Amino acid sequence: MTGNQNPYLPELATVTKVIEETPNIKSFQVVFNDAEKMKNFTFEPGQVGQLSVFGVGESTFVINSPPTRMEYLQFSVMKAGEVTTALHGIYEGDVIGVRAPLGNWFPYNDMKGKNILFIGGGIGLAPLRTLILYMLDNRADYKDITIIYGSRTPPDLCYKDELKEWEERSDVNLILTVDNEFPGWTKRTGFVPTVLKEEAPKADDTIAITCGPPIMIKFVLEGLAELKFPEENIITTLEARMKCGIGLCGRCNLGHKYICKDGPVFSLKQLKELPSDE
Amino acid sequence: MADKGYLPKEKIKEFVEALGKDATVFAPCLEGDTIIFRQYTPDKEISLDRPANTPPKGAIYPQCETLLSFEFKKEADNPQKMDVELKVNTDFPKAVVFGGRPCDARGFTVIDRVFIDTDTADPYYKKRRENTTIVTKCCNGPVAGCFCVGVGGGPAVTEGSDVVMTEVDGGYYLEAVTDKGKAVMSLPMIQDGASYEAKAKAANEKATAAVRNPFPEGADKISAELFDSGDFWGNVIEKCLSCGACTFLCPTCYCFNITDEQAITTGDRIRSWDSCMFQHFTLETSGHNPRPAKHKRFRNRVGHKFYYYPEKYDGAIACTGCGRCIRYCPVSVDISEIVGYLRDPKADPKAWAAKKEDAKN
Ligand SMILES: Cc1cc2nc3c(=O)[nH]c(=O)nc-3n(C[C@H](O)[C@H](O)[C@H](O)COP(=O)(O)OP(=O)(O)OC[C@H]3O[C@@H](n4cnc5c(N)ncnc54)[C@H](O)[C@@H]3O)c2cc1C
Ligand code: SF4
Ligand code: SF4
Ligand code: FES
Repeated sequence: MTGNQNPYLPELATVTKVIEETPNIKSFQVVFNDAEKMKNFTFEPGQVGQLSVFGVGESTFVINSPPTRMEYLQFSVMKAGEVTTALHGIYEGDVIGVRAPLGNWFPYNDMKGKNILFIGGGIGLAPLRTLILYMLDNRADYKDITIIYGSRTPPDLCYKDELKEWEERSDVNLILTVDNEFPGWTKRTGFVPTVLKEEAPKADDTIAITCGPPIMIKFVLEGLAELKFPEENIITTLEARMKCGIGLCGRCNLGHKYICKDGPVFSLKQLKELPSDE
Repeated sequence: MADKGYLPKEKIKEFVEALGKDATVFAPCLEGDTIIFRQYTPDKEISLDRPANTPPKGAIYPQCETLLSFEFKKEADNPQKMDVELKVNTDFPKAVVFGGRPCDARGFTVIDRVFIDTDTADPYYKKRRENTTIVTKCCNGPVAGCFCVGVGGGPAVTEGSDVVMTEVDGGYYLEAVTDKGKAVMSLPMIQDGASYEAKAKAANEKATAAVRNPFPEGADKISAELFDSGDFWGNVIEKCLSCGACTFLCPTCYCFNITDEQAITTGDRIRSWDSCMFQHFTLETSGHNPRPAKHKRFRNRVGHKFYYYPEKYDGAIACTGCGRCIRYCPVSVDISEIVGYLRDPKADPKAWAAKKEDAKN
């Protein structure tokens, strides 16, 4: 945490930039009001924060900027309910609360020297972004990097400027898809899991990391199983309704594990060993 | 300081008022025919006749409390800009929990492991816990539903208490369990207790022998197969109303919600008890709910107490057998019966339904 003894006490932070990513997703770059705390703040790729709009409440979002770029912390927020709607009404210069970092992170050290396959859908690119940027900032440590990313329509794709950058890089293989034909769209169409099957990336020496809507994840996992990815090489981040973010309020458990504290990052192998509510 | 004492019954009020001299005392108070833990004031009637309807949990973990307060302030030289000021208060008075039972005191130890023994300790609970002295009344015997001995407790178990008192010879034999408890023993109305020790021991043994143990083969791991059986859970919880009474009356249930309340430029962030038996507890904004059906929620409640929590905390069970959820469930769901069944490796989930049918006829 930011050094607060009280894990419920947010750090006050100022929004320095608001980016309209898609019709219903905005990114917020924030800086702690306490410069000393900002300077000393550290986190790992995949960890999350609880953002406060005082008077409305708190919600969980992944820190999607990488720890290699610490001028600000970036969060991307899809408008969904009360807090996310309130966040969409925040302007540059406004003060919000941040409790971070919370949860575990991607095992990026174990991924060194391997091929990396990112599979994302919609806002699910947010947690992948932090790791992608981290890996690009440490490019020599990893072998081939492939990113399969899709959304419903082209305007729904997040981080459009970065997508363009990655597309132009020779050391990244970016495959973009949207669900259906769209005026002006010349790239692929089809659901992410289908594109994954068509691409059929090799499982050898490859770690797959996936995040997106539950239905996409379900079929992506099936696809990866068909491609013979071992369960320990498939990594995903989970979602659950959260409040405390520190393993106390009791609502985000999978058996004796708490997604907020022991997660949100799990390998498929770990998940299969936990009791599920299904 | 002595660690043994004796308190005549007629001095109870005097004792409680002495405890309250520099502390808030929470005691079981008679209200109509219910006994409820309340902040003690002299107009209240304390009752130690039977375990209270509510546990004393709220004395250390209030049903509602302010985590922080916020205030919006306009910046003087920039009317466009709003600053926020946050305030936290953990300046709690000293407290005494008087007249809880051993299962109630053990309830705090269940919450301690989660709220204190972690790198993100809850500062509110921790502070109140440190500030509180727990003076527990040992039970003369069980009431309907009690099964403390089946989950590692008992009518005279001292875990979680600072002082325990046993009813003997028109009064109470007191024993200090901790240093905090020893301080209590120096109060002037406490008499020498050594001569009552043997009698108290005998009374406690008698009480212990009278408590039923629904898990005579030991509180071991439950049958994973049965635990995973949707059939079983569907059957056992068909009648549940999802009212949450079981969780609100439980000395070990600690799940909570956090909400903001705002009035113009000031407001509070409030923590309040929640219940895993409620449908919205796990409902995500997208509409997805991992536990939409009540049998999934109940399975989680039982699983948490008898399976997940023991897995995480070295076999400790997150139920102290107080029996409240059995006594006060409007449709008589009995957790001890269900867990007893889950421990039987030969149990057949379908037989549960048949057994229940038989009982009806
Ligand atoms: C580990 C994790 C990372 C996430 N990262 C992002 C992200 O980067 N970008 C993004 O847009 N969304 C993310 N989410 C989802 C986001 O937290 C929810 O959409 C958001 O909490 C909804 O809040 P609300 O107040 O608008 O909705 P309401 O329906 O008004 O929700 C009420 C409250 O319930 C809780 N809640 C409800 N649904 C969820 C949920 N799915 N997850 C967590 N808490 C919930 C929150 O406290 C919320 O304030 C993430 C969720 C998790 C668990
Ligand atoms: S689960 Fe029931 S019997 Fe066990 S401690 Fe809670 S209320 Fe008492
Ligand atoms: S008290 Fe009984 S009816 Fe109410 S939620 Fe608990 S088990 Fe269900
Ligand atoms: S959000 Fe409170 S336990 Fe996970």
